[in-house]
Amino acid sequence: MQLSKKMRITEAKEYVADKLHVTPLDLSDPTMMRQLREELDIGVITGVPGIAKGLAAKARIAELLDIKINCVEQFKRKTGFVAGPKAAGD
Amino acid sequence: MKILTRMGDSSNVELTKEELRTEFDQGSEYAAKKAKVPVLTENEVDYLVDMFAAPTRIWGCQRGNEVVMTKDGCVNALNSSRMSSGVVAPVNREVGVRLFESMLGFDSMEISHNDYSVKPQRFLKALEMLHVELLMETTIFPLLYGFMPNLGLYYRPDGSFENPSDLLPIGKIDEARRTQEEAGEACLDDCIEMSDCMLEMGADGIDFDTVASTGDAEFYSVLKACDHVANDTGLPVEIGMSAEMVLGFHGQLEYNGKRLAGMWPHQQLQICEEAGCAIFGPVSNTNTKKTAPWNLGKALTFVKACTEIAKIPVHPNVGMGVGGVPMFETPAVDVVTRCSAAMIEIGHADGL
Repeated sequence: MQLSKKMRITEAKEYVADKLHVTPLDLSDPTMMRQLREELDIGVITGVPGIAKGLAAKARIAELLDIKINCVEQFKRKTGFVAGPKAAGD
Repeated sequence: MKILTRMGDSSNVELTKEELRTEFDQGSEYAAKKAKVPVLTENEVDYLVDMFAAPTRIWGCQRGNEVVMTKDGCVNALNSSRMSSGVVAPVNREVGVRLFESMLGFDSMEISHNDYSVKPQRFLKALEMLHVELLMETTIFPLLYGFMPNLGLYYRPDGSFENPSDLLPIGKIDEARRTQEEAGEACLDDCIEMSDCMLEMGADGIDFDTVASTGDAEFYSVLKACDHVANDTGLPVEIGMSAEMVLGFHGQLEYNGKRLAGMWPHQQLQICEEAGCAIFGPVSNTNTKKTAPWNLGKALTFVKACTEIAKIPVHPNVGMGVGGVPMFETPAVDVVTRCSAAMIEIGHADGL
């Protein structure tokens, strides 16, 4: 949110917390966020088979937060999952 | 009772509580006088004195006040030499970035080459692009591609342009200015070329790091590059500075009608905002002959002047030799954690 929307930290936390239906304080609670991340299937830091990883996790995060993530958009264009100009190098 | 803290070179020093307060006050007054900004308040200094007087080894911010981190220098701390506090671990860049994400818990990461300036990185463009492309597929946290513009490499003997440091001492002022402008154009072209290709690879942003290390001409090139990257391509840009004041090697360069030479952090922030920057990283250089509290008082005064007026997130540099942290290749955790917490609680930083 800081990079793509230039949000200051308080606004960024409130935006993400609102989208995830938690409080800003919850975002830095590793116990709560570990469970929530697994539940939402947006990637966890430990190795768990079947949980979304890498690009798949980012695609889900982009949808949850209602933002565009550059590499996710590139992937969609490369694979033709959405209409749009092909990425460079295709 | 004596309080054990550190000098700017990381050596131990003992201060009384009164001496500790005086160090914070004097560091703050130094910054306030230089940048013409307010000093720290009495309450803020109270917090700092209590923090440094506490005998605990480490310190932290209040729960709920945590901020995010951006980083420079890629995985140099893992696989580079002592120059980057590196431990020369036999770890390549791809493995290193994964470790920073999962094991070290970083919020974001910067991908760059060990030879961290844009000029050498341009020669490795295809390799750099491939590594960014692959890492974008395997990681989740935001990845920025980064480099130092490092205008110095464009001058002789490293580059093809006449060196202003040779011209200025013999009074060739106009020639020194002209060579900086010409070298700046070449640097700008390289910054844009590397940024544009990383946009295609899916990078989340560009990190211009150690900006204005060779003065106002370099800063001018970076602002122009930022304008292109942020406003023409839409890719977010982080600008991390190299020093608390922009040196006027050229002296006459202006951006949007504002003279760049002599700008202090809050002025640098505003001109970076005008160029479209998404995250700004102010610097306060550590004076090794002063105490860590003096240096932190100075750094917080600069940073507070930024965060009070910022329209974009501010991530002050809090590493070796900046942000109050001593200049030593293995910075001590007692002072690093205190400087970091103070940047959040007193400096109101949006990140580090």
